[in-house]
Amino acid sequence: MWSHDPQVSAGELSLLWEVLTLRTHNTRLVVLATSLLGAASGVVGSFLLLRKRALMGDALAHATLPGLGIAFGVMTYFGMNARSLPGLLSGAVVTGVLGLLLMLAITRTTRLGDDVAMAIVLSVFFGFGVAVMGVVKALPGAAAAGLDAFLYGRPASMLAGDLVWIGGGAALVLVAVFLLFKELAALCFDEAFLEAQGFSSWWMDVVLLALVALVTVIGLQAVGLVLVIAYLIIPAAAARFWTQSLPRMTLVAAAVGAASGWAGATASALLPRMPAGAVIVLVASGFFAVSLLMAPARGLLPRLWRARVLRQRVRHQHVLRAVYEILEQAVRKDGPAQGVANRSCSFADLLVKRSWTPRQLRRILAREAGQGHLQRRSGGEVRLSEAGFGEAARVTRNHRLWEAYLVTHADIAPSHVDRDADMVEHILDAEMVARLEETLRAGQAWVPLPPSPHPMGPADRDRRDKDS
Amino acid sequence: MSAALHRLAGHDSGSDGKGPEDHPHGVPLAVHDLTVAYHRKPVVWDVDLNFPEGRLVAIVGPNGAGKSTLLKACLDLIPRASGEVRVYGKPYRENRGLVGYVPQRESVDWDFPVSVLDVVAMGTYRRLGWLRRVGGTQRREAMEALRKTGIEHLAGRQISQLSGGQQQRVFLARALAQDARVYLMDEPFAAVDAATERAVVDVLRGLNERGRTCVVVHHDLASVPRYFDWVVLLNMRVVAAGPVDEVFTPENLEKTYGGQLNLLGEAARALQNVES
Repeated sequence: MWSHDPQVSAGELSLLWEVLTLRTHNTRLVVLATSLLGAASGVVGSFLLLRKRALMGDALAHATLPGLGIAFGVMTYFGMNARSLPGLLSGAVVTGVLGLLLMLAITRTTRLGDDVAMAIVLSVFFGFGVAVMGVVKALPGAAAAGLDAFLYGRPASMLAGDLVWIGGGAALVLVAVFLLFKELAALCFDEAFLEAQGFSSWWMDVVLLALVALVTVIGLQAVGLVLVIAYLIIPAAAARFWTQSLPRMTLVAAAVGAASGWAGATASALLPRMPAGAVIVLVASGFFAVSLLMAPARGLLPRLWRARVLRQRVRHQHVLRAVYEILEQAVRKDGPAQGVANRSCSFADLLVKRSWTPRQLRRILAREAGQGHLQRRSGGEVRLSEAGFGEAARVTRNHRLWEAYLVTHADIAPSHVDRDADMVEHILDAEMVARLEETLRAGQAWVPLPPSPHPMGPADRDRRDKDS
Repeated sequence: MSAALHRLAGHDSGSDGKGPEDHPHGVPLAVHDLTVAYHRKPVVWDVDLNFPEGRLVAIVGPNGAGKSTLLKACLDLIPRASGEVRVYGKPYRENRGLVGYVPQRESVDWDFPVSVLDVVAMGTYRRLGWLRRVGGTQRREAMEALRKTGIEHLAGRQISQLSGGQQQRVFLARALAQDARVYLMDEPFAAVDAATERAVVDVLRGLNERGRTCVVVHHDLASVPRYFDWVVLLNMRVVAAGPVDEVFTPENLEKTYGGQLNLLGEAARALQNVES
């Protein structure tokens, strides 16, 4: 919206340029610190997510508010610089950790669940914090301006001195996770086993929550305590879609976190009134949405696409096998079988082979015709092409091989075998077919095109369907 | 039923008829007066057991008899109301390195982003200690354990792509990588395919040949005499413990299962399983 404003002056444009390319010293530092913070959040958040404690981070963040207020009040009262970051963050740590301990105490000593404990701690501490803030802002001599940065986040309000604390904290977190990677991973996967291996999983939990607390506290100024949980969880959740390897997941989460931090800090420098915390969260959730939809391994669209491809393959194989089986039956009816010959079969015959509606069948036939596997003739007659006939024989043979294998090696009743064969045969590849042939040949069950182990008529099929 | 009786049972099959007090170092796992309670309701009551060295021991009993609880209490994974556990004569904490653990398969999230080799390498963490990373040696040890359980071809696979039987073998391989002297296994035969059952039995026999002690929570009474040489019948208290051919009798089973070892009782318990 800013750049579409026709009133944009050259001065503003050059400011935008300066910010984006990190020309001014302070902006450069702010963006660097916020990105580093994003990376640290992503990494720690990955473990918090896998430990299934995501909301604990949220309760902790809200529990920092009374600490901030009290620290501010105390420093004002004693005439110190009430905006000193180390002072404020110390206060935040104290009440944040108090909140955590209270949460643990509630779950340990009562029969209330984790969720209840978190809800209580979050709301009570936050309410208390709001009350404290109201009081301390009214203190004589209080310079409360800027405290809002801790609620909603404003990276641009960071001073050079603050950046040392924030950057240093983030770096410390990254180093700690690097050193304790093995232990943290084992804690999240199987804490009982970690314990049985002689490590204290209680202490590892303390370490993990301490890292979360550290990231939360140093992230307050950048994203604000209301939204800092998003900084912890969203990059990690996005990363989870891309990989099945934990080291890679933490790297992706770090990258997403850093990119979100960079975008948020830039926005904050450009538009001082813009809540940077919101920008950071929105950018991160953009990454999340893309990951959710597009990630090749676990994303939604690739999964839907794979399901669609499989469904089409199943339909393709079903229709060809249906035609082939009709041709086979025709041979049997005509007397001594001399192999299956390719001729036309009627739409009506095909329709009763499987439980498809006329509309579905017509659509499948149209698709097959388009691929050159068959021709549709007048009067609903269907005839396989040369290629289609070969494909039909191959598909039927795979089906029969798999059926024969199930009957001889998996002890499945011949009357039930068709259904089970249906599930697997569509994903048989050449190598598996070869192995099937080998197994069946070794078991003397080999036939060039094995006959169907169950009766073929539509009446028989209905009975089978009722059975299963 | 009395404490004296099962103390006697442990006594008889201990080293050469001598009690554990005389030979504390010969007893891989000694449980003394162990009671465990959940919310003040006792689950395992006054258990006194000496597991003999080099045996394959089955712990059997009805659902809710405290079989898994007994194992977890031995491993300090849940607090004990009373009692103590000694491993080769020392408190568990001091001799933890000698104990290997195979938890129930359902105890972890199998969608966790790690590979089979990563999980099995966790068995080497104790020797590795804090802060040090898994290296070539640990990976070789993990591969060796995978070979013993017959799934070395799965080393690079993500654990989310394993079947139930393969998951069980991964846990078994992880325990083998620990190279412990006493193994505590929680239902390694639960809901596995025939091939995995054979693999688990092979692993148990291999451990047995090397003189290791295995304590296995087991649910299939029919296979107890085939797979195990020692058995503990547990129903909150120890009903009987000793060599299978002496202790695994219809009378003892009747006592353990409270006369419910008929089809109806089995069905009711199966239903409970489904519901819980």
